Amino acid sequence: MNTPLALFGILPGISLLLYAMPLIVVVSLVYAATRHEVWQPILKHALDTGIWITGFMGVVFVVLLFLGWGL
Amino acid sequence: MAQDSSPSTTPPVDPYAEVPVDLKNRELALLLAWLLPGGGHLYQGRRGKGILFMVCILSTYFLGLSMGGGHVVYAKWDSEDKRLPFLCQVGVGAPALPALVQAFRVTRQQEPILIFGSPVMAPPVDTIQLDDWHREYGFLFEMGTLYTMIAGLLNILVMYDAFAGPVFMIPDSMRKKRAAQEANAPPNPSEAAPEATSPEASDPSSHASKSR
Repeated sequence: MNTPLALFGILPGISLLLYAMPLIVVVSLVYAATRHEVWQPILKHALDTGIWITGFMGVVFVVLLFLGWGL
Repeated sequence: MAQDSSPSTTPPVDPYAEVPVDLKNRELALLLAWLLPGGGHLYQGRRGKGILFMVCILSTYFLGLSMGGGHVVYAKWDSEDKRLPFLCQVGVGAPALPALVQAFRVTRQQEPILIFGSPVMAPPVDTIQLDDWHREYGFLFEMGTLYTMIAGLLNILVMYDAFAGPVFMIPDSMRKKRAAQEANAPPNPSEAAPEATSPEASDPSSHASKSR
């Protein structure tokens, strides 16, 4: 079972990631808006924060994927 | 790039520079910000941010509340169930306060108040009812709890912003970009001029947080 095909095993759970989308947007916007007072930096900072959170989740996903590879 | 030294031209405005903010009565703004997310900012006249906070936090809170059928926010503290998530959820202010009223009534053996025909935010009578909720809503019960907790925690950031103003900071990407520009820029002797014309230096009453 330790083949790339095993990756398809995660497909049914991918829809759960949709629940993270609103949280990423809201957390990024609110966090950025508490760091600036005008819209341009708020939106720029929110975009950076959203990308950072998504990247962090991706790294955690890859780490967990490798840790669970042999299970 | 050559600089125009004529007095009629204004220097380019740095969008990341600190902006003086009139916080009015800070304590009142803090209270309003807790009671209603964004309320403190609306009181201070910071309408854009107030509406942004209100929409973001309240939509997250009520979306989470609806995921668990109105049962994910409740207050209970006994030997069977210590509802720690409520400590985060109560950060959202007035929208979470009905949970305290419902808990008070249930503790006194009274029927919980029906909101839209359902005992919303009422604590479970026992662990069997709590198990039933988990079976009925599945993972949405945990997801709703998470949403409402995050809404409450975000409002703490908003409360701080209403009380003390924004914690001005430059995003990492912009900081790196500026560092690269400074490294590539040719040396400019005019930069050695004294910086005595800072607006913060001339206006001690204006709010000015330290940039990080």
